[in-house]
Amino acid sequence: MSFEIIGAGVAGLCVATELVKRGASVRLFDREAAPGDHACSWWAGGMLAPWCERESAEEPVLTLGREAADWWDLHAGGVSRRGTLVLALGRDKRELDRFARRTSAFETLDRAGVDALEPDLAGRFERGLFFAEEAHLTPRDALAALSKALADKGVPVETDASVPADSVQRIDCRGLSARDALADLRGVKGEMLVIRCPDVTLTRPVRLLHPRIPLYIVPRGNGVYMLGATMVESTERERITARALLEMLSAAYALHPAFAEAEVLEIGVDARPAFPDNLPRITTFPKGEGAGRSGGTVYVNGLYRHGFLLAPAMARITAEYLLEGKSVEIAA
Amino acid sequence: MVKFYETEVDSRLMLGTALYPSPSIMAGAFKVSGAGIATVSLRRESGHDKAGQDFWSLVGGMGVKILPNTAGCHTVKEAVTTAHMAREIFGTPWIKLEVIGHTDTLQPDVFALVEAAKVLSDEGFEVFPYTTEDLIVADKLLNAGCRVLMPWGAPIGSGLGLSNIQGLKAIRAQFADVPMVIDAGIGLPSHAAQAMEMGFDAVLLNTAVAKAGDPAQMALAMARAVEAGRTGYEADPMEPRDMASPSTPLIGKAFLE
Repeated sequence: MSFEIIGAGVAGLCVATELVKRGASVRLFDREAAPGDHACSWWAGGMLAPWCERESAEEPVLTLGREAADWWDLHAGGVSRRGTLVLALGRDKRELDRFARRTSAFETLDRAGVDALEPDLAGRFERGLFFAEEAHLTPRDALAALSKALADKGVPVETDASVPADSVQRIDCRGLSARDALADLRGVKGEMLVIRCPDVTLTRPVRLLHPRIPLYIVPRGNGVYMLGATMVESTERERITARALLEMLSAAYALHPAFAEAEVLEIGVDARPAFPDNLPRITTFPKGEGAGRSGGTVYVNGLYRHGFLLAPAMARITAEYLLEGKSVEIAA
Repeated sequence: MVKFYETEVDSRLMLGTALYPSPSIMAGAFKVSGAGIATVSLRRESGHDKAGQDFWSLVGGMGVKILPNTAGCHTVKEAVTTAHMAREIFGTPWIKLEVIGHTDTLQPDVFALVEAAKVLSDEGFEVFPYTTEDLIVADKLLNAGCRVLMPWGAPIGSGLGLSNIQGLKAIRAQFADVPMVIDAGIGLPSHAAQAMEMGFDAVLLNTAVAKAGDPAQMALAMARAVEAGRTGYEADPMEPRDMASPSTPLIGKAFLE
């Protein structure tokens, strides 16, 4: 069976990898030949943090997300397994209790425990939660690695999407662009920034609990950090607001005042594709329906803020469905 | 049945639409609670070209009446502009008017509130002002054209319940005929019941439900509390007494000591 995958963001690349691994014939199409800022996964945080996400996400995010770190390690490399540190500032300290009630697989740290994990934060936090099993990666490196591995296996990203033959199964991984076929897909705007601050060394993602937005800071190495991310109910893919910058930079500054001296390298904004339950979904349209022009189309979409976390599992389920006839039910 | 301006609404529970884990969970909370009014923030969600339309459609699809709000506005001008946008998008003259005076405490700027309420009322808006329990501010809001008041229970998102009971009793008594909604500060069903027992016409809450471990369960609990509180109020509760008052007569008991 041969497949055409439309969209080479994190979903498309993972699906292609899973299909190629099983020996299927695959062609991969995108507007651009290389991963870039046209895909929202370009702006991702790259946290593989299913236990932390479970605080507000539903159970499948944890069950499916647990396989992500191993998958990325195997297919792209560059996974850092140093866990996640969760902290709260001043009067938001009680948020830490709430977070702890809603999550699992963490250790509660006292001041000495926080200091031991991240010496640069010494003396700044009385308490924290440590999710030792969590991991993170650098999304752009991971996308490039998958893209290269596929090209090496004869599946480069092609930019001239042809009309597929009837025998070809089309897999649509276009993210928010697939709104033309998926009526209940919506955008959730996110804003992020990248800073360089050699004065502060953090060795693992740090989440700062905040009553409104989950703020996090992810080390990218060499003193570079990614700060994210806002969550705004909007399909807008541009226009980073002063408010977003203020909130994210204030959080970094509150974490460590030396961040005030950081160099701002990049600001980014895009909209995450999400279904109303904020869970990913595999949707199949038979031949002649949906946006697929000839053969049937399978849509893999709605990864929301969990692109790198859930794309491996969604890709596996998609491949098992298409090649082995397994059910696409996402078990809770 | 409660009436705001000329519109009658069945439920005395109003819910916000922010902070839920997902729109599906939000819709579930509305459904089980029977809440009749959803308040929607425009400012945070807004962008160019109605980029928030998807979310607004989801809210619109829940079959409840929409009360757009001006959350996040700090000046008269911002609030008025947001109200105009809300009227255009939702096609309603209703506006929950919030003019925040302080980013940190989210206290309403009552001076700007009165000013904005006047501007919007004059333009034909039906204004639901988010205010404190201050009687003079309430009076000025009514003079500005408001026919509903929304005094706070406690600061937004605090979940502290009714912080100034005497002040709230006073505003309820002073403006007995004005529909009044306790807005903000409700954390527990008992807070909602208490507000209703005091004779307030409805409660509006968001965080207490959206941030609960099970938002639908909490929404249901809030709906029951609102109903219990209102029913109790309508039943004309007894007056509290300083002394015990036996419910059965003592005279005639065989061995009265």
